[in-house]
Amino acid sequence: MNALAEGPEVSALRAMTLIVRRELRLSFRRPEQVLQPLVFFLIVTTLFPLGLSLQLSLLRDMAPGVLWVAALLSSLLSLDSLFKSDADDGTLDQLALSGQSLTAIVVAKTAAHWLVSGAALVLVSPLVGIALGIPVSVFPTMLGSLALGTLSLSWLGAIGAGLTVGLKRGNVLVSLVVLPLAMPLLIFGAGATDRAAAGISSAGALYLLGSLCVFTCTLAPFAAAAALRITLE
Amino acid sequence: MWTWFYRLASPPYVYRTAAALTPWLMTVAVIAIVCGLIGGLGLAPPDYQQGDAFRIIYVHVPSAYMSLFCYSAMAVAGAIGLIWRIKMSYALAAATAPVGASFTALALVTGSLWGRPMWGTYWAWDPRLTSELILLFLYAGVMSLRPAFEDPARGDRAAALLSIVGFVNVPIIHYSVQWWNSLHQGATIAKIGKPSMPGSMLWPLLTMLLGFMCFYGAVVCMRLRGEVLNRERQSAWVREAIKS
Repeated sequence: MNALAEGPEVSALRAMTLIVRRELRLSFRRPEQVLQPLVFFLIVTTLFPLGLSLQLSLLRDMAPGVLWVAALLSSLLSLDSLFKSDADDGTLDQLALSGQSLTAIVVAKTAAHWLVSGAALVLVSPLVGIALGIPVSVFPTMLGSLALGTLSLSWLGAIGAGLTVGLKRGNVLVSLVVLPLAMPLLIFGAGATDRAAAGISSAGALYLLGSLCVFTCTLAPFAAAAALRITLE
Repeated sequence: MWTWFYRLASPPYVYRTAAALTPWLMTVAVIAIVCGLIGGLGLAPPDYQQGDAFRIIYVHVPSAYMSLFCYSAMAVAGAIGLIWRIKMSYALAAATAPVGASFTALALVTGSLWGRPMWGTYWAWDPRLTSELILLFLYAGVMSLRPAFEDPARGDRAAALLSIVGFVNVPIIHYSVQWWNSLHQGATIAKIGKPSMPGSMLWPLLTMLLGFMCFYGAVVCMRLRGEVLNRERQSAWVREAIKS
């Protein structure tokens, strides 16, 4: 934070590294914020086998969809920590006033957020994959699609979190705002995993997911910064 | 030259213009919808494949078109508001949202009623249907975001930004029947060259479309007046307008 206080003479890249480092350090000091969405992810995926206890063969066909829906919901849950605590204690206002581009700040914060939420979720997913009976040969596609999907979702989520940051019932609204936008990710992500499980080439769906990821990476930071400018004032 | 544009930013002018436009738009809408219904339900010949069941097209296609038109209008009005800080365009966006959501719901309902005899199912998870459903959810998001802010100006801007972001869905809906193998039939009217429909079927559809557009205009004018009165309730001219 100290270097940020030096003002605009700090280069944007330096400011972004500092923010990423600060976010990561904060996450490791408050591990429950990182762990809770992951535990939620595990619990939700456990609910499906319990609910389908008599038709476990169904589960194998549904597994990619179950995995993806659970990942989507758990990512939504973790969005709460993206801007909220910084907005509550005024850090976000200070960052906005620091003279650095708000877009760069959003990029740094979202990237750091993805590292502790999305990437962690990707790392846990093989565990869930095995539990749901997804064949190990599908894991590369599953991991790749989840990585691209959660990254895109973090950018979309940054818009939603930015729009709802000061609101009282923000977390319900975030789902309302982000989920419709996230549906294409679910379609192509679960589709890619499904195709790989059926032995068909999943390249098409993965390419689409990759292009969605590039699309959100390039445009969403501007939208999220604009959202923050509206809500912070 | 730009005075007409500047005048659109003035609440009393918008309020009076909307009031003056409403009866005209409503008259045209009623006439066009009645003519279109007579033409579509009575005069147009039955389809060679779908028989009389195709006639729901005269409600389905105009409402689906209006669902996209309203969303675009809402996003453009929001963008104008964000760029030029014109408060009245936020009022227009706020007035449009529920109307557009209703058209979307109507398109989905008529579509599934049409799907039952033709496809054998009320609903299919087809790209066109899914993207139209997402549009309904986007409307819901925009409509619930606006009132969530205590400061109405902030709610307006947040809703405008969200509607611009959600605009990516509009081309997806339009091209979904081309991009994916879809159960939904392809474009009938909006394509280059000759429409794949004979004139006796086409004219009632275009008349219905005109009717729906004018109906939208009339309803939005009425809602816009309500929005303007609510937003400007502190100002002197509103007190005058209500008194008179």
